[in-house]
Amino acid sequence: MHPAKIYPENLLTGKLGIDSVPWHEPIIMVAGAGMVGGAILVLGLITYFKQWKYLWTEWLTSVDHKKIGAMYIILALIMLLRGFADALMMRTQQALASGGGHGYLPPEHFDQIFTAHGVIMIFFMAMPFVVGLMNIVMPLQIGARDVAFPYLNSMSFWLTAAGAILVNVSLVVGEFAHTGWLAYPPLSELSYSPGVGVDYYLWALQISGLGTLLSGVNLVTTIFKMRAPGMTLMRMPIFTWTTLAANILIIAAFPILTVTLAMLGLDRYFGMHFFTNEAGGNPMMYVNLIWAWGHPEVYILVLPAFGIFSEVVPTFSGKRLFGYDGMVYATMCICLLSFVVWLHHFFTMGAGANVNAFFGITTMIISIPTGVKIFNWLFTMFRGRVRFEVPMLWTTGFIITFVIGGMTGVLMAVPGADFVLHNSVFLIAHFHNVIIGGVVFACIAGLNYWFPKAFGFRLHAGLGKVSFWCWLVGFYIAFMPLYALGLMGMTRRLDYMNNPVWHVYLIVAMVGALIIFAGIIAQVAQIAYSIWKRDELRDVTGDPWDARTLEWATSSPPPFYNFAVVPEIGNHDAFWDAKQRGQGHPRPKTYEPIHMPRNTPTGLLIGLVSVGLGFGLVWHIWWMAGGALLVMIGLGIVHTFNEDRDYYVQPEEVKAIEDAYFARLQAANKKDAA
Amino acid sequence: MSSISGPIDGLKKELDSAYDHNPHDHHHAGDHHDEGPKVTLGFWIYLMSDCILFASVFAGYAVLKDGTAGGPNGRELFDLPYVAVETALLLISSLTYGLAMISMEANKLKGTIGWLVLTALCGLGFMGMEIHEFAKLIAEGNGPNRSAFLSGFFTLVGTHGLHVTSGLIWMGAMFVHLFKRGLTPQNRIRLMCLSLFWHFLDIIWIGVFTIVYLMGAA
Amino acid sequence: MAGLMAAAGLVLSGCKMAVMDPKGPVGAGEKDLILLAVALMLIPVIPVIVMTVAFAWKYRASNTRATYAPDFEHSNRIEAVVWAVPCLIILALGAVTWVSTHTLDPRKAVAATTPNVKPVEVEVVSLDWKWLFIYPDYGVASVNELALPVGTPVHFRLTSATVMNAFFVPQLGSQIYTMTGMETQLNLRADAAGDYEGMSTNYSGEGFAGMKFTARAMDQAGFDAWIAKAKTSTKSLDTAGYAALAKRSQDVPASFYGSVDPNLFHRVLNKCADGSTTCTDDGMKMAMVKSMSAEQCKKATKIERKS
Repeated sequence: MHPAKIYPENLLTGKLGIDSVPWHEPIIMVAGAGMVGGAILVLGLITYFKQWKYLWTEWLTSVDHKKIGAMYIILALIMLLRGFADALMMRTQQALASGGGHGYLPPEHFDQIFTAHGVIMIFFMAMPFVVGLMNIVMPLQIGARDVAFPYLNSMSFWLTAAGAILVNVSLVVGEFAHTGWLAYPPLSELSYSPGVGVDYYLWALQISGLGTLLSGVNLVTTIFKMRAPGMTLMRMPIFTWTTLAANILIIAAFPILTVTLAMLGLDRYFGMHFFTNEAGGNPMMYVNLIWAWGHPEVYILVLPAFGIFSEVVPTFSGKRLFGYDGMVYATMCICLLSFVVWLHHFFTMGAGANVNAFFGITTMIISIPTGVKIFNWLFTMFRGRVRFEVPMLWTTGFIITFVIGGMTGVLMAVPGADFVLHNSVFLIAHFHNVIIGGVVFACIAGLNYWFPKAFGFRLHAGLGKVSFWCWLVGFYIAFMPLYALGLMGMTRRLDYMNNPVWHVYLIVAMVGALIIFAGIIAQVAQIAYSIWKRDELRDVTGDPWDARTLEWATSSPPPFYNFAVVPEIGNHDAFWDAKQRGQGHPRPKTYEPIHMPRNTPTGLLIGLVSVGLGFGLVWHIWWMAGGALLVMIGLGIVHTFNEDRDYYVQPEEVKAIEDAYFARLQAANKKDAA
Repeated sequence: MSSISGPIDGLKKELDSAYDHNPHDHHHAGDHHDEGPKVTLGFWIYLMSDCILFASVFAGYAVLKDGTAGGPNGRELFDLPYVAVETALLLISSLTYGLAMISMEANKLKGTIGWLVLTALCGLGFMGMEIHEFAKLIAEGNGPNRSAFLSGFFTLVGTHGLHVTSGLIWMGAMFVHLFKRGLTPQNRIRLMCLSLFWHFLDIIWIGVFTIVYLMGAA
Repeated sequence: MAGLMAAAGLVLSGCKMAVMDPKGPVGAGEKDLILLAVALMLIPVIPVIVMTVAFAWKYRASNTRATYAPDFEHSNRIEAVVWAVPCLIILALGAVTWVSTHTLDPRKAVAATTPNVKPVEVEVVSLDWKWLFIYPDYGVASVNELALPVGTPVHFRLTSATVMNAFFVPQLGSQIYTMTGMETQLNLRADAAGDYEGMSTNYSGEGFAGMKFTARAMDQAGFDAWIAKAKTSTKSLDTAGYAALAKRSQDVPASFYGSVDPNLFHRVLNKCADGSTTCTDDGMKMAMVKSMSAEQCKKATKIERKS
């Protein structure tokens, strides 16, 4: 009854055949047609408006960290729509299938949906969003002209995009995993999941994971080697600190994911026995390994989120950040502790009381630095002048929502409590409470906060507020019933349940999801409307929020070289202090030539070919996989022979760009004065 | 496969891009003074990350070591003298790479290439012996699908082998670079990173030799 | 917030909430633990929420009468408090965790309500997609129905014949994973008669949603009658009977086996229930003998001779 047909292998098309596309499944076909139609529409519009050349030179082959960051965020927003469509289908199914019926989704389809929802939201929505913001903001905050390895940055993005493409291809060609987002064996082994779903999962994550790892190496090197003169580590903005912490976690944790998924792949492709039920395999090793990556992953997402709030709160409170040193220590504390808590994801595996208690207590200890952060934000607001612009609204919503999520998290860190709460929808409510309330709120706050910096105009505040209130209210209506249902004994991942008492709760939860959906629509409308009205929303000064960190010292959008002259940094609020002295935008007398990298299509090409590699491996089309791998290695080597990779921007060009900016600045000041 | 060799290629390419410049451009003297440390640091960070990758594979092997499922264990399979020769080849290749670096410091292109050729030959010999060992085991019915222990063994040794293979491909590309352009600053940085990589693999192999072969055969 | 209040209200009323309405000492301990932990955490959480709203209101930009101290960024006293408060709460909660994790350890035996009552032994096997309960002391087995005498502790030994699952009866407390080739243990006791819903909580594939069972707690007479009824079943859980049961099936109704291979659980655990493969424990023994050096071998045989 599986929708995807697997054919006996042949040399040309592997296991792929005409009926590998589930033609008879109307839901999949409509979704697939929508996706393909949307893609054709976008490509058609680009062609019609003759934008290919612009797209190619300014975006696809760009090595500019700001543009790569923007592309990460565009990817994240598209995947948010896809992942949320899955969420709506799940909520609808459970609402329908709790009143006695079995709903409209058969189990094998429902199972793919919750797997895809988790995978997409974590790997292809939250990760690209966070990485995108780090890319746009961090180099500007430290006064750098780009990241340490710009071409590698482009490749990282395109590998991430390749993973996302593979996941979406699986919707139409074949199937996705029906194993849950972490694909625990033995369920994900060949004997229980013989289809191509798990293979799509494996290769999508391996390819995008490689991109993430390279990006981690890149950003850490950037922070250590490219800070403006005078910016010691303890003068870095907190968002840069959290970027550093998150990328250290990426470097340390992602290899574990690579190895774990590789082992599962070896089991599936070569009949090995790492995690099988037979021949000495050990599925529990997978669970341990995947969480040894998975828990740091939580902090890879949430630490930059804390960083965003740490920038937003002082800016909109018009006040220095309270307890800067404490923030830094708290961040690094969390960074270290995140590696010694993984077992709390499976207290119910039957480890002894000493082991469980140890991991429970280490988990709780993380709440100490986290609590300190929350108090520091509050005391930054204390005796401030708090302007409730959109980013600040998200931040306030975050603090209240996050402490509730944190509380239920610490509750489940108590093994005795976890014994009855684990695997229930209480757990689902908890991690959505921290991931939506923490990471998603932060990402949208960051989007509203830094959008004018990246694009030169603000996002419309009214629609932003509509989006915020829909998200906030929708979140509580969608997830509070799940806390209650968890206490009633409702397990996660049920495609139907015969319990009329739960029915009403699930309908409320579905309504909540619809309200969140309205928030997402408002978000999309906000971006579209702001692009349309961009002249009215123009940020002329480069500092629309009267902010404190270095990214606001340059124009919006910044020139491609970011800073004509890299400023000297005297303390961690240097730009603010300079503004107080009336020297926020000093005008240099002369300009030096600026060394910049040239664009290259190699990253894009390697990313695109890696889709072929993944697809070939999924369907056992060996010539395609082998060919793609050779092409990727070849492209990489050929790139090393390219001699013309960087150039100098001449002082005259810099002067022209800067003069125009200062003219705009003066005009704006005059208008203010008048 | 790509997931293992990819980062190496990526960084390799990256350090090129960071260091390449056309001498005929009107560049200012010393304008790349900060690029070298950047590339070296980036490469070190990558190696640390690779170290964690190997640590995970080692951990997997350690967990599954006794999962022989009625099949042979290390003592029955490992031919220590054979592996000792393999080990010697790799250690010698580290030595010859060191000599290549000394030649590079002395600005001797021919010497550098010569020692590198020896290094590559040792590396090829090592890989040949490893592939032969694998083929023999598989032919005897003791392939990686025989038991969890053998899965762990093949994966650990094979991961190291894949790294050595990537190093050899990199070395191949370096020969072309050196023939084309000699000991340019960017080629020196490339050789330095390859050297770090090569010695790193040597250290990993010492771990493999000790934990898998010596302790397994004891 | 309204949703939160509603949820909180429901938690307190508790009547419909299985986890908050325990029928045995383990579940009761866990319920108390949840309430205690939440109470402890509310000590900082409520002030934080109140402070957030209060600060946001008081220091709003339009309120120019409020103090404005743009350079206030450090205060030893406040920082000492913001580190000390979470530390103290976690110290308390950590102590609670250490003690409760040991008292609620699933492997720890539960006392009987009346002295000198031996625990009932139940061997549990998760299959695709149903539960098998073997009563080794009575030589019967049941599928998707678990019987427990009220007041008597029950000792479960659990394993899986398929992928990972988790055994859970919310009103009795403590879930535990079932895993192939591994034995986990659980001790529970039901203190009130009744039918309680049991389930697998760890997703195990297509038939997962229907992998439910009923845990029937009844008095000793009722339990004896249940065993007697099971004994009347003509079905036998021998190798063939087990092979038939192990086939994939969904939404399986309760059924009973009048006789059971006494070694069945051990065979499932050691992956030789189909009768054609070597049991893993035997395989391990063989491997051990094989890997013993000649000297160790001599020693081992000497010890054997002595004994």
